[in-house]
Amino acid sequence: MKITKEEVEHVALLARLKFSEKEKERFVSQLNRILAYMDQLGKLDTSSVDPTFHAVSQKNIYREDTVLPSLNLKQTLANGPDVDRGFFRVPKIIE
Amino acid sequence: MELYQKTAHQLHQMLRKKEVTSKEITRSVLDRIQAVEERIHSYITVLPELAMKQAEEADGRLQKGDAEPLTGIPVAIKDLICTQGVRTTCGSHILENFIPNYDATVTTKLKKSGAVFVGKANMDEFAMGSSTENSYFGPTRNPWDLERIPGGSSGGSAAAVAAGECILSLGSDTGGSIRQPAACCGIVGMKPTYGRVSRYGLVAFASSLDQIGPFARDVRDAALLLTAISGYEPRDSTSVNLKVPDYRESLVNDVRSLVLGVPREVFGEGIDPQVESAVREAIRTLEKLGAKIVEVSLPHSEYAVAVYYIIAPAEASSNLARYDGVKYGFRAKGARELMEMYRETRSQGFGAEVRRRIMLGTYALSAGYYEAYYRKASQVRTLIAKDFEKAFGQCDALIMPTTPTPAFKLGEKVDDPLQMYLSDIYTIPCNLAGLPGVSIPCGFSPSGLPIGLQILANHFQEEKILRVAYTYETNTDHHLRRPNLESE
Repeated sequence: MKITKEEVEHVALLARLKFSEKEKERFVSQLNRILAYMDQLGKLDTSSVDPTFHAVSQKNIYREDTVLPSLNLKQTLANGPDVDRGFFRVPKIIE
Repeated sequence: MELYQKTAHQLHQMLRKKEVTSKEITRSVLDRIQAVEERIHSYITVLPELAMKQAEEADGRLQKGDAEPLTGIPVAIKDLICTQGVRTTCGSHILENFIPNYDATVTTKLKKSGAVFVGKANMDEFAMGSSTENSYFGPTRNPWDLERIPGGSSGGSAAAVAAGECILSLGSDTGGSIRQPAACCGIVGMKPTYGRVSRYGLVAFASSLDQIGPFARDVRDAALLLTAISGYEPRDSTSVNLKVPDYRESLVNDVRSLVLGVPREVFGEGIDPQVESAVREAIRTLEKLGAKIVEVSLPHSEYAVAVYYIIAPAEASSNLARYDGVKYGFRAKGARELMEMYRETRSQGFGAEVRRRIMLGTYALSAGYYEAYYRKASQVRTLIAKDFEKAFGQCDALIMPTTPTPAFKLGEKVDDPLQMYLSDIYTIPCNLAGLPGVSIPCGFSPSGLPIGLQILANHFQEEKILRVAYTYETNTDHHLRRPNLESE
């Protein structure tokens, strides 16, 4: 499969990234080289193979629903880049 | 021998006999950092004040006679393991000023053991890389040859142990990030079974592959540190609720009853002849020591790099979505609306390789490509795991090279991501199958670069790995060589 510049732009939007024209071109060629390498997987017939998402599989891990200490407001906000009166401040969301 | 060159178990004996104090050991390590750090750059943050305070506390415990094996021992921690009140950057601009409010489980365990934290070790940004050149804070250099990379992504942790800038260290291994730098730096590095060590407080890269593990100068020290950090922890529901053995008991100098498998695929195309001859020599040594050597096959291991570079970036693209410039970390200035703020923050905050992997992962998960890439890779992952299952029906452990070549030069592969990815060809299959593995020194190239021997075993069979590694080490002396940093 080949990735195009338009697809790079679309994926960048999905990933909340932004690239200059020059970077986009570099990405197209690098990603295409990497994806060409991935294409070797197509040689394998996996039609009857279950996928593995966890190598050491465990099921239904339960614990008691007990309240444990958690971060307080001051700690929670301590690393915020823009904090005001107990809130994280962000640029305008609603038009 | 200077204190900073000794092993943790040697220092523990000296501490118990009151021949030395933790403050003296810690001072020796901090002086060593002062002397060589400018050339090596193992650390993002050095913690002299914290270290001396912890050393004093450790000396108090030693006085009272309640010392554990790691009490008073200087340790470095890879900078993606959360340390309360101590900056944890992940090697990234985006977390440059991040100060965690809590400790990772392994940090808590080490604090309880009385270990001394000398610093936060350098790493490839978000553990993405094989050379530590992707750190926002600049590369780490290999103590054996300053023109060469120390391996990655835990290059700082490995270089610090090799250069005497700590006694032990912690790293993390997603596709080889402990074993490959251990091989490059001539030390012991171990990746435990997936689930053996809690990942709580480890900044996530690829959650189904990441595992924390020890770096040490010999196998006994690795066993000590592994024992200290292992165990179930309810806050990581993928950690496994199994009793933790005292791994010191696995240190048996005897491989006579063991069958060791050599995968026939590993000595194929792309292996450096120096690595091949050192590893073949190590296999002969183990055979002479009484192990039975058999040939096994891992026919799907050739697909492992392709599988890994779909699955790991896919998981990373999801894990790294949290860096949005709102709750913590860097935020780009000047954006007037939210989307612009997200995109500017992430584009300025992440380095080139991290952005490349986020793109790759987002693409592999996006509508229309999920089946062809992510699902396909997850199916081939099953085939790779089954190869191991079959191999472990024929042998107790697998032995093979850790890396195809000794440490390469800085800058050699930075412009060619695929070549960089291929340096993990022998380490990646183990992560995909969730297996434990170690790299131990097994020789040197003619120009004096270390070469690593990799030993893998089935899930939760760290004890077998340690036994093979310990037997090999006890009967050889590669692990006793230290890089010479005095002649510069």
